[in-house]
Amino acid sequence: MRKFKDNLLRGLLWFSAFLTVAVLVTIVGYIFYKGYRLINFDFIFGDYSPAGDGGIWPMIVTTIYTIAISLLIATPIGILAAVYLQEYAKQGRLVKTIRFATESLTGIPSIIYGLFGAVFFVTTLKLGMSIIAASLTLTIIVLPVIIRTTEEALKTVPHSYREGSLALGTTKLQTLYKVILPSAMPGILSGIILSIGRIVGESAAIFLTAGTVAAMPESIFSSARTLTVHSYLVTQESGDIELAAAIGIVLIVIILVLNLSATFISKKLNKADY
Amino acid sequence: MPSPLTEKQTLEIGKSNKRKYMLEKLSARIFLLCALLSVLSLLLIVGFVFYKGSHPFVAEGYSFIDFVFGVDWVPSEGKFGIFPMIVASVFATFGALIIGVPIGLFTAIFLAEIAPKSIAKIISPAVQLLAGIPSVLYGVFGLAIIVPFLQNNLGLAKGQSLLAIILVLAIMMLPTIVTVAETAIRAVPKTYREGSLALGASQIGTIFKVVVPAAKSGIMAAIVLGLGRAIGETMAVILVAGNSLIIPTSLTDSVRPLTTNIALEMGYAFGTHQEMLFATGIVLFSFILLLNFVLAKISSKGGN
Repeated sequence: MRKFKDNLLRGLLWFSAFLTVAVLVTIVGYIFYKGYRLINFDFIFGDYSPAGDGGIWPMIVTTIYTIAISLLIATPIGILAAVYLQEYAKQGRLVKTIRFATESLTGIPSIIYGLFGAVFFVTTLKLGMSIIAASLTLTIIVLPVIIRTTEEALKTVPHSYREGSLALGTTKLQTLYKVILPSAMPGILSGIILSIGRIVGESAAIFLTAGTVAAMPESIFSSARTLTVHSYLVTQESGDIELAAAIGIVLIVIILVLNLSATFISKKLNKADY
Repeated sequence: MPSPLTEKQTLEIGKSNKRKYMLEKLSARIFLLCALLSVLSLLLIVGFVFYKGSHPFVAEGYSFIDFVFGVDWVPSEGKFGIFPMIVASVFATFGALIIGVPIGLFTAIFLAEIAPKSIAKIISPAVQLLAGIPSVLYGVFGLAIIVPFLQNNLGLAKGQSLLAIILVLAIMMLPTIVTVAETAIRAVPKTYREGSLALGASQIGTIFKVVVPAAKSGIMAAIVLGLGRAIGETMAVILVAGNSLIIPTSLTDSVRPLTTNIALEMGYAFGTHQEMLFATGIVLFSFILLLNFVLAKISSKGGN
């Protein structure tokens, strides 16, 4: 009887794993199969045309803008916040409050961020539906990711490093940027790469804050669409699955490259350091 | 005895030290400020959403009860009832959990405990990668494959349905659940397994009676993360939901969950209509808090 139950469970384990892999392979396979015919130089670097035979270069540029602006703001703030929490703060109510806030921010769904961005950045700060409004919203979305990964990275820096440096008569600040931050760098970099992935994959928040204009953005104050929003809109408006899948291939390749470089960087720098 | 330094030099060292101390103090303040920004963001988000969303009930005389339990959503006539959307969100989320959690959990157990190392080494990173794929793509796949499949095999007029949402969300939460649960199961000390096996338990018995209970908190975290992804998902759901404003009576009904209502109408809504969309956001928000609370309760009960 026990043997029968064991075999049944074992069979279920194999079956579930098979199912998961099969479903995920089907999705990626389907997207590549459906979209690969469209992928060529003109598709990626060509300007958009409403007729449908144009490229996706404006959406790629918009995506790059949003990544650059939100990281430019979120990275320094996130790293310094993590430094405060790990290196400076006395554990107490203040730190607890900050931690609670960071954790809560992680749990808020992106559509709520979108609502907030639409009323705060777009309307109250009068930025309008624009790349800058979307980037500022994204800044808040990735801030907790950067804080958490940087904190984890700072935790891995051995205490003896800090003591050794301080014993040489350096100030806390000198120790921080000459000793602690360099050794925490691989972890911090992986965190930043993770955030890029989050920004690239985001759709609902950008949809509500950057609008849907399909053209090369004139400046960061113009409305524009990112790759994900474009992929959503072509599916929703014209049912053009082939085009959506081709954009999907570009997105999957971006995510793949990001993941590989995160792994590579943390391995390489780890070796160099220790 | 005269000092080896001239008076001027001593003064300069003092000055540079003073500057150093100033810099130290200043930088500590700046770090604190950065850390407080996350608190400020949270307060701003909650404040703005709640302020906007509560305005119709506080200042314009709408009843919150009618809002939550009303069945008609006709903004042009001033009718704002979101009960059908609440029902749709609840059913979609629980449906996805019922399918996604067992499969995801069993896959995680398989990868951590049963799978040959060479297989796990390929599958685990691949699944991890899939957790990062934009959710819109799951929606595109759902619309292209799942929706027509349901339409043809169940003889529906329209394949966009509650069932389609449940399937897309279940698939979407799989990579998250597998990745987090696998890490948790791998973190269980080897001695637990050895102890159980030494007592004569079978491998499967050890996994389900010893390893899984020991990894319970990590598994719970995996479920909460998967749940968070499912309940807040918007764009993928719009594509497969059908977005009809009815209370679903079967899995094949076309529905409109809370998130899609916000995304679909935010573009052109203004005045009270827009504020009601913020109120929809508040309900979604409370829903998430409640679910997390319930799950935390369940997991703490299991421990006793």
